[in-house]
Amino acid sequence: MGIIKAVNLIFDYIRHDEEENKDEINHALRGVTLDIKEGSFVAILGHNGSGKSTFAKLMNGLLLPSDGTVYISNMKTDDEEHLWDVRKTAGMVFQNPDNQIIGNIVEEDVGFGPENIGTPTEEIWERVDQSLEAVGMTAYRLQSPNKLSGGQKQRVAIAGVMAMRPQCIVLDEPTAMLDPNGRREVIKTIHELNRQERITVLLITHYMEEVIDADRVVVMDDGHVVMDGAPKEIFSRVSELKQYSLDVPQVTELAYELKQAGMELPDGILSIDELADRLAAHKGLL
Amino acid sequence: MLRDITLGQYYPVDSFLHRLDPRTKLFGTLVYIISLFIADHIWAYAAAVLFLAAAIVLSRVPVKFMVRGLKAIVFLLLISVSFNLFLTPGRAIFKIGFLQMTWEGVEIAVFMAVRLIFLVMGSTILTLTTTPNQLTDGLEKSLGIFKKIGAPVHEVSMMMSIALRFIPILIEETDKIMKAQMARGADFESGNLIQKAKAMIPLLVPLFISAFRRATDLAMAMEARCYRGGEGRTKMKPLCYERRDHLTYLFYLFYVIAVLSVKIVL
Repeated sequence: MGIIKAVNLIFDYIRHDEEENKDEINHALRGVTLDIKEGSFVAILGHNGSGKSTFAKLMNGLLLPSDGTVYISNMKTDDEEHLWDVRKTAGMVFQNPDNQIIGNIVEEDVGFGPENIGTPTEEIWERVDQSLEAVGMTAYRLQSPNKLSGGQKQRVAIAGVMAMRPQCIVLDEPTAMLDPNGRREVIKTIHELNRQERITVLLITHYMEEVIDADRVVVMDDGHVVMDGAPKEIFSRVSELKQYSLDVPQVTELAYELKQAGMELPDGILSIDELADRLAAHKGLL
Repeated sequence: MLRDITLGQYYPVDSFLHRLDPRTKLFGTLVYIISLFIADHIWAYAAAVLFLAAAIVLSRVPVKFMVRGLKAIVFLLLISVSFNLFLTPGRAIFKIGFLQMTWEGVEIAVFMAVRLIFLVMGSTILTLTTTPNQLTDGLEKSLGIFKKIGAPVHEVSMMMSIALRFIPILIEETDKIMKAQMARGADFESGNLIQKAKAMIPLLVPLFISAFRRATDLAMAMEARCYRGGEGRTKMKPLCYERRDHLTYLFYLFYVIAVLSVKIVL
């Protein structure tokens, strides 16, 4: 069993009217089962309203499932007793960088998590130093978060989660509000943490480019898992992805169109270099 | 531009006063303010002058920054001085109509003015040498005793420090909404006071909605980082008294003795 295991998850948002009657039920998740291996980098794709953000919030007990169970390293998230251990194990980074930074100084914000879990003062400093180093923000430690760029703020938020020494990080569209530079910065940081610190990463996003380097891609639509596999495999099913209103990376799209037009190319080309090599080989053949 | 505003009026230099524990400074300010109200003799004021001078020298903040704080109370000062000058009964100096200036009035007016000026300067020194964060930390720790009777000391200080963090963000947002509404033809400038106040509604409604949304987001982010109130929480930067704080408290003691003995003896 992996570090994160979701079994038949169902989650409904229920709206009540004035008399506390159920007014409107919105099925966000309709039976999601997923098992995530320790140390892996898993991306969850889906357009708006596919249930991916709800899924993220279920991972550390911010929301509790209407039915089904989430296990985080064998602890149930709806177990009151383990709630704080679950949150310690699965850290979470949100979309809006401004709304998740609590401290008035970068280093104080990174120390916020360890303070909450009762870490002794010296160890807090040690963890803050290490976490800032890991995301490459040491130079900004005494700055006010208001003076940082979006990408830098998101890296501080990641450092804040890292300082709690989690085994996995759930990132709920961490790049949605960033410019392309900030986006690259954040994605690079996440990959480094995954490789160097062996942190399990669950990246929720709708940017295709960010999931190319993932170990596994899960596509969600209307509360169901509809596709699950390695990026290469997923992106070779271009027409299926379009059906879920998702785009494919531009290179993959080009390769797909060329193939449709009759050129002999393999499925699921993910990088410009790969396509260039293939095309060069073709030219050689001609 | 808006990102650069500093809150409070902290003046960043490295000085004895800056390094002092915020609790020591808070307590000192309190002692000083009380002493000003007890003092009613010239020698007690002399002690207060000495105290203030020592603080100014030890803070290494240019005096003009402290004087700047006085601007806010010029009006108040004028009113209180003139009331005291003309409305105190006693030996008259001169008389215009029903107003008469008295010797007693002059004496009280001068003391009153000195008291007010010292009061403002004393508290200005506190905010000049202490960051808002240190202040909230200091307040939380010094008011810790009230936790026993159920006062939400930690919660209030957490709210204060979050408010400090979000003020620049909300100012920026106000600016953005204002521009957006102006682009849609809103007019914030013209009209009388009531019209201007009414024009603020399309600014305040979106601002409030966004502030509440931010609050929900932040609460969730705090929970995700295991925040559950002050219980069992450790500190990254705990406050602890050092030698200089003990020395300062000793100085306070001398000061209090001096002021009280003037009061009793003279």
